[in-house]
Amino acid sequence: MTSRSLDVHTEHLLRDLAPRVLGALLRRFRDFGASEDAVQEALIAAATQWPREGVPANPRGWLIQVASRRIADHVRSEAARRRREEIVVSLVPPEQQIAMAAGGDGAAEKDDTLVLLFMCCHPALSTPSAIALTLRAVGGLRTSEIAAAFLVPEATMAQRISRAKQSIKASGVPFQMPTPEERAQRLGAVLHVLYLIFNEGYTASSGPELNRNDLSSEAIRLTRAVHGILPDDGEVAGLLALMLLTDARRAARTGPAGELIPLDEQDRSLWDRRAIAEGVALVTAALSGGSIGEYPLQAAIAAVHDEAARVEDTDWPQILALYGLLMRMSGNPMVTLNHAIATAMVHGPAAGLDLLKALDADERLAGHHRLDAVRAHLLERAGDREAAIAHFRKAAGRATSLPERNYLMMQAARLSDTPK
Amino acid sequence: MKYILMMNTPGKGPYQVANWPKQDLQAHIAFMMSFNKKLGESGELVGAEGLAGPDQAKLVRAGKDGKPVTDGVFPEAKEFLAGYWIVDVESPERAYEIAAEASAAPGPGGEPLNMAIEVRQVMSGPPKDLL
Repeated sequence: MTSRSLDVHTEHLLRDLAPRVLGALLRRFRDFGASEDAVQEALIAAATQWPREGVPANPRGWLIQVASRRIADHVRSEAARRRREEIVVSLVPPEQQIAMAAGGDGAAEKDDTLVLLFMCCHPALSTPSAIALTLRAVGGLRTSEIAAAFLVPEATMAQRISRAKQSIKASGVPFQMPTPEERAQRLGAVLHVLYLIFNEGYTASSGPELNRNDLSSEAIRLTRAVHGILPDDGEVAGLLALMLLTDARRAARTGPAGELIPLDEQDRSLWDRRAIAEGVALVTAALSGGSIGEYPLQAAIAAVHDEAARVEDTDWPQILALYGLLMRMSGNPMVTLNHAIATAMVHGPAAGLDLLKALDADERLAGHHRLDAVRAHLLERAGDREAAIAHFRKAAGRATSLPERNYLMMQAARLSDTPK
Repeated sequence: MKYILMMNTPGKGPYQVANWPKQDLQAHIAFMMSFNKKLGESGELVGAEGLAGPDQAKLVRAGKDGKPVTDGVFPEAKEFLAGYWIVDVESPERAYEIAAEASAAPGPGGEPLNMAIEVRQVMSGPPKDLL
């Protein structure tokens, strides 16, 4: 892989430039599919040539030039039947066309990243397509890298991206900022996609590895970029804070053999203090700015956990209050499940178990291993060892993540081993 | 040449390991992790997946209208596929060697399980002279 020979600095430079180069091309050529392909080719060319020949003085200009030449080539070959003089790009040298089109306007360029995100996370696309397209068009990742992160063959990922681009073309989404009326909803879709990318990296829904760190880092990088463009948006700040506060525990989250270590057993000295400080500052600012959306609330909960030096110092009443607020805002049964845990921590396991009964009827959670796992934990705290073992085993049988299943089996085994 | 190594385990529980003491379970998990890591490092591992427990397994057939008809779980089934490895190796002997190593994963009391691993060659593409 050519990218391996790139130093981190160049890699970051390329990835930061990717959406800005694509924006410049889109304003000139309009065709999203062709422009995106051309940028991808230019990135690959840079990854091959720059380590050998050095980074050019104007890297953005270099990429735009290479990419627009590729587009011109495509246009020429596709328009073979048409008359040559009709081809727009043939008369003016590409550098000049791009100079005219891009104009080097810093503000427009910065917005390009956001407009591209709106485009890639358009509701017309399926979620997996939006994720893949976002990582490639905005994140500047190569198809092979995205495929590896999601553990699918490269051909499959290439097809997914190509179909996503066709959907964008078919839906006629223009390359422009959504109207103010649409904006909040569309931003919600963007943040959801970024959140899913982060989660995929953090919990890895399949495969033997617990973390696929690159995806989490990429989600943080992209969310940071959106926060840079919209610094006053509380939801964006909240999501960035949530990611930082969660990712701060990364080193403590797995043991030497890759086994899962839950929050209450983690070595807190391994937590990333700098990420926590940044996350806490972000969420504090967002909440004091009057933002009490879902992301700032989830971030606030993560912050309360992260600020406890020892697990027994955790301010559970505050967490319970925050989950109460969150529950009123979101119909997500996972929130209700966490609310039950917080209730058990404040009012005792019996109170938590009572709340779980209401969840048994929720179809979205029926048969979900998390419900069994939480019940097992609460039953253990209530002193009902046999029932706790049974529910840990039931949860293990239903888990779809290998590390999580191993963890649940270990819990059952730990309880079985304890002398009666 | 590619081979698939299939690990079949008795149908009860998510894995027959569910009732083992913690120490033995821990040793088994550690073995599997280092086994996978070693195969990855030797460049022979093409893919490996552990499958979710049989609790939620379904048998699916197309109905008359082409829509899926699902059949429930089969608690009486003797064996379930628990997981598989696909390896790309120089010879069938090497595939058997890898299978034997997996077969000897530690069980209760640290004794090797010697479980049966089904080894099947994965079909390759058509020979070039036919194309």
